[in-house]
Amino acid sequence: METISGVLQMGGYGGYVWPAYGVSAVVLVLVLVASLISARHAEAELEQLQLTRRARRGAGRDAAAPDTAMVESPE
Amino acid sequence: MHRFANPARFLRLAKVILPYSSGIAVLSLGFGLWFALAASPADYQQGDSVRIMYVHVPSAWMGMFCYVAMAAFSAMALIWKHPLADLLAKATAPVGAAFTFLCLVTGSLWGKPMWGTWWAWDARLTSMLILLFLYLGYMALINAFDDPERGHKAAAILALVGAVNVPVIKWSVDWWNTLHQPASVVKMGGPAIDPSMLLPLLLMALGFKAYWVCILLLRGRAEIAAQKIRVIRMAQIHAASRGE
Repeated sequence: METISGVLQMGGYGGYVWPAYGVSAVVLVLVLVASLISARHAEAELEQLQLTRRARRGAGRDAAAPDTAMVESPE
Repeated sequence: MHRFANPARFLRLAKVILPYSSGIAVLSLGFGLWFALAASPADYQQGDSVRIMYVHVPSAWMGMFCYVAMAAFSAMALIWKHPLADLLAKATAPVGAAFTFLCLVTGSLWGKPMWGTWWAWDARLTSMLILLFLYLGYMALINAFDDPERGHKAAAILALVGAVNVPVIKWSVDWWNTLHQPASVVKMGGPAIDPSMLLPLLLMALGFKAYWVCILLLRGRAEIAAQKIRVIRMAQIHAASRGE
């Protein structure tokens, strides 16, 4: 117990040392989490877009003109 | 250099590097924290407050390193129209801003007990604050345009102009009378610091560097995906308008 309180006190500088490490940990973890989320999010959205595009192309291939099938279908 | 210009190659490379960079980051920060907080001695003058240095100094190095990297990527983007350079510069900016912010905060937390003040308008501190504003300005500018290419160009120019500040920070302690102490690690005649204190410092610096690599790869991936999404969306809009 004495060693734990000793570590927390940091020779009287605990009130400066621990906040310094705490703020650093929080900021670096936040940047990491934000980067992970943005990568996952963007890659998932891209995959979804590519899947629907491929599905449409696949459907178009059954028709006579594969590349223009999607574009000209309303006419 | 142009072998890495291809986004597909970047993605393949990122996949290979990411496990290593995250492993190095976790290990060196783990051991670094152990030495920084427990297994290194208190300073004979500063007491345990010297432990703040093990985040403060590597953060300051990273704040400047990231800016140099950002300016170099920006130069590549402007001069050679390197397709990935803009994305890597953009990916580096938030990491540099985070480390510069941490450098200022931890410096302030050390300054209060050691100098008796949270802040002083001296050359080193002020030039570091300007570095933070340069990062924030860069991030605001790059997202301020509807056309991402114009944003990239404007931000790249800001990054290059702002690079003047980096040598000012480095030598501010020699050029002006300042409260801040001069360099003790990177100096002529070798580092003037005990090995027991140099070890946690270098471990934390290595960990931060590996952390930057991880974030660069993750954000690079996100930017490449976002760019592809933009292209597909544009093609869809184009196709839809032709279809009517």
